[in-house]
Amino acid sequence: MEVENEIAPYKRVQIARNQDRPYSLDLFNTMFEDFVEIHGDRRYSDDSAVICGFGKLDGIEVALIGQQKGRDMNQRRFRNFAMSKPEGYRKALRVMKIAEKFRRAIICFIDTPGAYPGIDAEERGQAEAIAYNLREMALLTVPVIVVVLGEGGSGGALAIGIGDRVLMLENAVYSVITPEGCAAILWKDAGKAELAANSLRLTAKELYNFGLVDEIIPESVEWSIDKEPSEEESSFDEVSDKLKKSILKHLRELVKFKEDDLITTRYEKFRKMGEWSN
Amino acid sequence: MSWFSRKKPKIEEQSNEEERKVKTEGIFVKCPECDSALYKRELKESLQVCTHCAYHFRFGARERLDTLFDNGDYEKLDEEVTSTDPLRFVDTKPYIERIEAAKKSSGLPEAIVSGKGKVGGHPVYAGAMDMSFIGGSMGSAVGEKITRLIERAKKTNGAVVIFAASGGARMQEGTLSLMQMAKISAALAQLHQAGLPYISILTDPTTGGVTASFAMLGDINIGEPKALIGFAGPRVIEQTIRQKLPKGFQRSEFLLEHGMLDMVVDRREMRDTVIRLLNFMMHDEKSRR
Repeated sequence: MEVENEIAPYKRVQIARNQDRPYSLDLFNTMFEDFVEIHGDRRYSDDSAVICGFGKLDGIEVALIGQQKGRDMNQRRFRNFAMSKPEGYRKALRVMKIAEKFRRAIICFIDTPGAYPGIDAEERGQAEAIAYNLREMALLTVPVIVVVLGEGGSGGALAIGIGDRVLMLENAVYSVITPEGCAAILWKDAGKAELAANSLRLTAKELYNFGLVDEIIPESVEWSIDKEPSEEESSFDEVSDKLKKSILKHLRELVKFKEDDLITTRYEKFRKMGEWSN
Repeated sequence: MSWFSRKKPKIEEQSNEEERKVKTEGIFVKCPECDSALYKRELKESLQVCTHCAYHFRFGARERLDTLFDNGDYEKLDEEVTSTDPLRFVDTKPYIERIEAAKKSSGLPEAIVSGKGKVGGHPVYAGAMDMSFIGGSMGSAVGEKITRLIERAKKTNGAVVIFAASGGARMQEGTLSLMQMAKISAALAQLHQAGLPYISILTDPTTGGVTASFAMLGDINIGEPKALIGFAGPRVIEQTIRQKLPKGFQRSEFLLEHGMLDMVVDRREMRDTVIRLLNFMMHDEKSRR
């Protein structure tokens, strides 16, 4: 795996949060064809922090779930900084069940600082919504591919993150807590975020070594979607092309699985995670 | 020489106020809710619940299992499964030292203890978390112990009962801790498909990744009175919305009102309630009688 290892973890966190990175919607509109959006959880409302719909990847119909940040203040507010409320997770699961019914694979794109911590979210069962997704995704009878695109923020990310394959962009991060949050609790000083980022092992390479991620999609460090790439930088198209090839490769492997085998292998995949002494 | 000169020394002045007090420490405990002085032995008999106002004191994990199983009789499980330090995590203190300190101070091997036995005659696999072990946080070992408990129940047609008490996922094991949420929930999915019962009992406090995984996935979710239960902690929410939170927010009664809990049950009635529920849910020999 040709992955640069010289970038400090906290720098990766900042790159992962860079607004010039590809967002879910960028991919839905470029990597996929004929994207159509599906709204609402049929319970309470529609959550714009997560975008769901159907699209085609190289002609293959797939269901798409993607957490969406915004690029300017208005968009950010509209998308609630990609921090989902319970209705977002419930919408995502509803679309996954539609995909299951019509025997289509599901692709989830993770990019969130975390689930929304607010009064209304708590009232409507933020914890229950996440928990229920974890359980139900474990039982889906169609292939699920998860891509950590930018920021993988704890339970808010995991709630759409139970897949047969978990792919991660080279500069994406995935953590139990933000380095800032971790520093505030353990060091009692949010300014120690850099130290926390070093300790948390949240980079793609670390997570690959722990067996939590199946494949890293290489990318260059600082690139933007509209900037012309310099020679050593890969362009948006180049990265999205690598990602597309990887998704297709895994899809082709996964469609061969029988329903039961898919669930069993997915269970065994997550069953192994963690380290303890006997 | 004066006729009245003192030959004996004065009687020593009474010692100061503090020393004159009768030492009650170790005999009485003051209830933080109603200020009553509670006799420690009585408090133990009432399962650490105030006999005046029903305030629920924190309750140890071992005590929970002792008071759940028939005659306090059960076989301990997976005591040897303990935390390691996969990240070699260091904050103000190395994680490995925190683990050792927690073992000593809590007298427990991990933030959860588990066992199998009978509850009302039904085969039950139960686990109880303990706040005194690194804030009841869930690392890989906790996740592994709970997963094994669920797998055992599934294999032998038993029920699962888990007492949650936790600040959430354990930061010192990073994303490995996070994945325990997925692992346990997937095991619960299998138990669910097998048609076997899972009763989740949420005690003070249950927050973060523990609430957002197995604690909310019970066929029946029971809260202890006034327990703090939520996804985000109250301080995080206050910082985010920059407002004071309403009184009673994220307490058991609040969750009951919002449909997240099936019932709020006094600790002294917990065992009987669990038996009542298992009678409905299980089709074992005991239930057919």
